[in-house]
Amino acid sequence: MAGKDDEHSSQANPDNRIELERQAADRKHMADIAQDPPTDPEGQPVTPAQPAPPRETRVVRNAKGRREVVEVPSTGHEWDGIKEYDNPLPRWWLWTFYATIVWSVFYVVAYPAVPLLTSATRGVLNYSVREEVASEIQRFDEANAPVRARLLETPLEEIATDPELANFSTHAGRAVFETWCAQCHGQGGGGAVGYANLLDNEWLWGGTIDDIYTTIRHGIRDPLDLDTRYSEMPRFGTDGMLDRTEIAQVTEYVLQISGQAHDTAMAGEGAVVYEDFCASCHMDDGTGDREQGAPDLTDAIWLYGGDRATINRMVTTGPFGVMPAWQERLSDADIRAVAAYVHSLGGGE
Amino acid sequence: MSSSGIEPPKLYQGREPIFPRRVNGWFRNLKWIIMGVTLAIYYVTPWIRWDRGANLPDQAVLVDLASRRFFFFWIEIWPHEFYFVAGLLIMAGLGLFLFTSALGRVWCGYACPQTVWTDLFILTERWVEGDRNARLRLYNEKWGARKLRLRLAKWAIWLVIAVATGGAWVFYFTDAPTLLHNLLTLNAPPIAWITIAILTATTFVFGGFMREQICIYACPWPRIQAAMMDENTLTVAYRDWRGEPRGKIRKGEATRSDGGAKGDCIDCMACVNVCPMGIDIRDGQQMECITCALCIDACDEVMEKIGKPRGLIDYLALKDETDERAGKPPRPVLSHVLRPRTLLYFTLWGGIGVALVFALFMRSAFDVNVTPARNPLFVTLTDGSIRNTYELRLRNKQGEQTQYAVSVSAPSGEPLPGLALTLEGQPDNLVPVDADATRTQRLYLTSGPETTLTQTDRSDVRLTVQDLDGGTSATVLTVFNGKEQP
Repeated sequence: MAGKDDEHSSQANPDNRIELERQAADRKHMADIAQDPPTDPEGQPVTPAQPAPPRETRVVRNAKGRREVVEVPSTGHEWDGIKEYDNPLPRWWLWTFYATIVWSVFYVVAYPAVPLLTSATRGVLNYSVREEVASEIQRFDEANAPVRARLLETPLEEIATDPELANFSTHAGRAVFETWCAQCHGQGGGGAVGYANLLDNEWLWGGTIDDIYTTIRHGIRDPLDLDTRYSEMPRFGTDGMLDRTEIAQVTEYVLQISGQAHDTAMAGEGAVVYEDFCASCHMDDGTGDREQGAPDLTDAIWLYGGDRATINRMVTTGPFGVMPAWQERLSDADIRAVAAYVHSLGGGE
Repeated sequence: MSSSGIEPPKLYQGREPIFPRRVNGWFRNLKWIIMGVTLAIYYVTPWIRWDRGANLPDQAVLVDLASRRFFFFWIEIWPHEFYFVAGLLIMAGLGLFLFTSALGRVWCGYACPQTVWTDLFILTERWVEGDRNARLRLYNEKWGARKLRLRLAKWAIWLVIAVATGGAWVFYFTDAPTLLHNLLTLNAPPIAWITIAILTATTFVFGGFMREQICIYACPWPRIQAAMMDENTLTVAYRDWRGEPRGKIRKGEATRSDGGAKGDCIDCMACVNVCPMGIDIRDGQQMECITCALCIDACDEVMEKIGKPRGLIDYLALKDETDERAGKPPRPVLSHVLRPRTLLYFTLWGGIGVALVFALFMRSAFDVNVTPARNPLFVTLTDGSIRNTYELRLRNKQGEQTQYAVSVSAPSGEPLPGLALTLEGQPDNLVPVDADATRTQRLYLTSGPETTLTQTDRSDVRLTVQDLDGGTSATVLTVFNGKEQP
């Protein structure tokens, strides 16, 4: 079996080095023994006993049903006394193997199998996973078509009380939300600094389902949507409308009306500044105006943060948060579904 | 050419045909009874009716894959209660350990479907083609009209059995009378036909042609049981100290059992001829042996004929071998069966069984799961209150719509002042759940600005869900996340 060209015994294969060295040592040893044969104490030459080749037997039955003891070849592998025999495979196993080969031929003919440069063979069944997925999507779209049609006809406030629409908008709306909205508002709608939290009970532009629907449809400060919700807080510091002292004073006043630690003397001065510059939007009592998207400054919720430094920065530079209008990108049914979903997260009014 | 000097073996080997002879006896009768009972259970079970009311199926045993329910007489298992099935599987495993360590491969020999159906197929074969010798002759006969007729008749009957076997399986998965009607009118769903076709093919091939090859090559269990058996296990074995040296004896000649020098075994090959696995039990313990005990019956028959005591081949424990060689009687069967190992298996088996029965009776008519929302952990409201959101999952396992009232308290059961519970879309804090359905409900806990809960990073709270119609209630412990402490 082991020929000169067999890589397992070839001298050219560096992996065989140890085995080849051992064989060389064996040959040298044999030559040494041949030169100086071992003798017994009387001086007679001793022939070493040859180890018997491994012999394993097993009982088989011959054609007549008689038992026969046959020798089983061993692979020579042995682990802890457990030997690996070289028994033949059962023929049915071989048939199974052939059957898989035959099957593979039919498979290659029937299904996409052979890769080509830009595609692969289609197979005579013309099967395509992509088409399967497309048809699956189409199947779901068709199944959902009636409920989507109803969603368009139903007034927004009635979605939550209609079990079928509520169930659909919860799931479809959630899918839309997690695809398009979660990037800024967070997967659970919890928002982030500068991105509104949709779960709480304060809304810049209103929290009824109609308000939410309008906000999603037209966005906030979207330059491409004429109906977008728009307002702009002046950059009081940057544009030089207030000096640093005045800004510091009005900051203390805002801290005061929101119930935080503040410098009373400065807040008193700040009240005057507030009256002149801020009250038109944030109202005299600081509770804000949803018509202009002006936030309530007296409560515990802050879009950018309610600490002294942040309030100061907001007055100085003026925030200008934007949200895109979605009416061009999402269908009206999707916008209605996601509006209903956002409305159902706990903050809806 | 290998170095050992042995010719390279054939690369594959055909099946050596086996022609088991008919045998009568105690174990054969036991096997007929077990075969009848197990086949009856298999074929009849799907047809048993069980009234569960209007909305639920009336089939006693039904695996309803479409609505994910498993019905077993008065028990209904939901997917989340799959631990019952897992427990039964563990019990089945331990039961196999128990029986194997006590009585060897009794599962293989008596109850395994492969054995039962092979037995049924051999019975058919014997009925059509005759007993062993007739079948051997037919096997060696050239193909002709007679052989073809007999073979076709046999295969036809096998096929009928196979179709009935595959056909019975699908009845476990849908309403049996409806499916039978649909099958007969060719209206059944493709999956039913495919399942029947596959199981027909496997029954036909495994029972008719593969037989012992399945046990030897395909089944992992024979390998595992070696670890389950020990020297105390009762298993089918040959008393070689009584049987050897084997050979012909004259009528009335004394043998080992009555003081002679010859062995009791007259080498009649009866044990080999009846063996469905094609082995010689006198060669000792073998992996192929399924301990069907037919060789015991065959040998007992012969021993009776030649006037020797029965039991040359018998259920023996290896531990008794030394004693028996010395002429002492074997120890009683009970001492083999009742020993620490089997008692331990039995204790485990029984313990799991009792636990499952207990769990079964402790099941409530509804289940509650509460998952706190983690994104975000809490929401601050305008007045500085903290609100946590939870997903409440209610499974109503009753056959009618039920109202559930939800309330919150401290883990001790005391009320938590300043903590308010509200449900999305349910102004009265009642959750209606449809019959036999699961409902997911958003639940809010709002804690006032100055309360301990708001000021604490994380507190345990207890939600209580009460079935307003049945009056039973369930509690779930969950957590309330307050403001993170600086």
